[in-house]
Amino acid sequence: MTSRRKFVQQVAALGTLSAASAIAPTLARAQAAKLRVGLMLPYTGTFAALGNAITNGFKLAIEENEGKVGGRDIEYFTVDDESEPAKATDNANRLVQRDKVDVLVGTVHSGVVMAMVKVARDSQTLLIIPNAGANAATGSQCAPNIFRTSFTNWQPAHPMGKVMYDKGHRKVVTLTWKYGAGEESIESFKEAFTKLGGSIAKEMYLPFPNVEFQPFITEIGSLKPDAVFVFFAGGGAVKFTKDYAAAGLKDKIPLYGSGFLTDGTLEAQGASAQGLLTTLHYGDGIENAKNKQFRYAYGKKYGVQADVYAVQGYDAGLLLGGGLAAVKGSFGDKKALYAALEKVKVDSPRGAWTMSRAHNPIQDIYLRRVEGNANQVIGVAWKALEDPARGCKMGA
Amino acid sequence: MEWLIQILNSVQYGLLLFLVASGLTLIFGIMGVINLAHGSFYMIGAYLAFSLTQWTGNLWTALPLGIILAAVLGLVLERLLIERLYHRDHLHQVLLTFGLILVFEELRSIIVGDDVHSVVIPAILGGSLPLTENLSYPVYRLFISAVCLALAAAMYLTIQKTRLGMMIRAGASNPEMAQSLGINIRWIHALVFAAGVALAAFAGMIAAPVSSVFPGMGNQVLIVCFVVVVIGGIGSLKGALVASLLIGFADTFGKVLVPELAGVAVYLLMAIVLLFRPAGLFGRG
Repeated sequence: MTSRRKFVQQVAALGTLSAASAIAPTLARAQAAKLRVGLMLPYTGTFAALGNAITNGFKLAIEENEGKVGGRDIEYFTVDDESEPAKATDNANRLVQRDKVDVLVGTVHSGVVMAMVKVARDSQTLLIIPNAGANAATGSQCAPNIFRTSFTNWQPAHPMGKVMYDKGHRKVVTLTWKYGAGEESIESFKEAFTKLGGSIAKEMYLPFPNVEFQPFITEIGSLKPDAVFVFFAGGGAVKFTKDYAAAGLKDKIPLYGSGFLTDGTLEAQGASAQGLLTTLHYGDGIENAKNKQFRYAYGKKYGVQADVYAVQGYDAGLLLGGGLAAVKGSFGDKKALYAALEKVKVDSPRGAWTMSRAHNPIQDIYLRRVEGNANQVIGVAWKALEDPARGCKMGA
Repeated sequence: MEWLIQILNSVQYGLLLFLVASGLTLIFGIMGVINLAHGSFYMIGAYLAFSLTQWTGNLWTALPLGIILAAVLGLVLERLLIERLYHRDHLHQVLLTFGLILVFEELRSIIVGDDVHSVVIPAILGGSLPLTENLSYPVYRLFISAVCLALAAAMYLTIQKTRLGMMIRAGASNPEMAQSLGINIRWIHALVFAAGVALAAFAGMIAAPVSSVFPGMGNQVLIVCFVVVVIGGIGSLKGALVASLLIGFADTFGKVLVPELAGVAVYLLMAIVLLFRPAGLFGRG
């Protein structure tokens, strides 16, 4: 009995619902036309903090636009990619095929992003990359529907070659993990440094994500180079700066790095990182109104300080908003949409930037010095640096 | 001089490895349980060191507190979960302990967050010994080595020379017979598991000031721990010590001499050992 009564109630409820939607057809249409955004980012594992910061930044940008892009409401579909390249293709396909997302946003890990690039190229889905720096994504694998709001691995490391040469260093040792981001960073640094006349005494690598640095530190001590350039991030960066300082090398052989060496890790690094010089497309103390407003809003909403990852996520939101506004939220004419995205001038907290022909930011790279718990910007290491986008035939 | 320092690096890394892997080989050898969550206990130890030093103000009070907490955790886990695995095949053990890894990682993320943290080295051990004109060796690393050696000796004496050790060995070689002779095997198993967890956690705690504390740190340690156990021979503490030192040398000198092969040096060593001694250096069978 009860079940039948329940059934009758449900039918009645359904009736009222459909009647309501018949009365308000415009409402129903607006709901059907929600923009489907697929966030594929790491929410667990080593890069979980980065994935969360990017998501926060992205959502903040959308909210500042009254929760809409190009006049359309947004529906989010979220996948935790776990920074696991083996699962990357399946995860991306799930968003594209099952959830039918209009735009794919992700991710942090370079190996995972290359799988996303492949899926985006095959399915012609719009992809916005808010972190992963793999050169190929806007290089040999560049495509009209792939955009990046962060950096290429080539970008932050390149200016350091000039900075270190100008400081009078001529013979340098490099050290990094033997994986994509590390090797591409070292390659880019070396290109700039040797072009000016500097020489690399030794290139050293260790397997990712091994953190047993002691043998290399001993070797650096006996090679006695003018300076050391490294690429490390996260836990490895903390351990390296601490080991380097504990071995007594910090004051004898100056250490430099790509900005990730000291980003989001300063509290853990403590004294071992004080005074280090690094280069990156963001930093503390960038004096522009946008940055102040962004940092205030972000801090108020999430209760934590914004970092470079939050900025990149925020810029992904700004890019999508700007591009879709120009085509009134329509995905009908893909060509017009991509052209609009290319023309967006992103008013970023890092300073306004524009897209290169390969769809990667043309941006200033800052020189920063660690002071207390801040990566204080002390100058621009390279103005409006554009990635060479080697192998990209688009727009050439 | 550089070579002497590299030898020191090898020994120091090897001893720390032994400390982590000894708990794994104990649990594996005595209860026959493959404990994939061993790396998680190392991670838990490091996070305990971080949280407890923040709370109590220094590492010296954090260490004993952390060891007690870890041992209690081990006891509870053994009673509630691990005990059900002794008579099951390895697949069930792997499944359960793999599940534990996921649970512990998620709990860590919820409780402490995903940031990188560090633990301050106690002031008394904060210095460095100058070795060459520009290289010095942190005193704390030497301290770790000394502690590892002392623990290795203590473990050896406990297992070989005490009544408790005799019961543990009896339980490992023939649990039914030991039980019928009046030894409480359930109690022995719980004790050994708790000790294994405490050892891993202690390794995490004592290494925390030099390794820093970060998500996923346990997984890195787990694989090399299994290599130690396999090279040394399952269940052999002596084997684990020799294997750890061998790995320390292979890893250090691999990085220095053949950097291209640094990633595989340790596994190459394992392959060579297994080729000549399929049961490991000190394995039975």
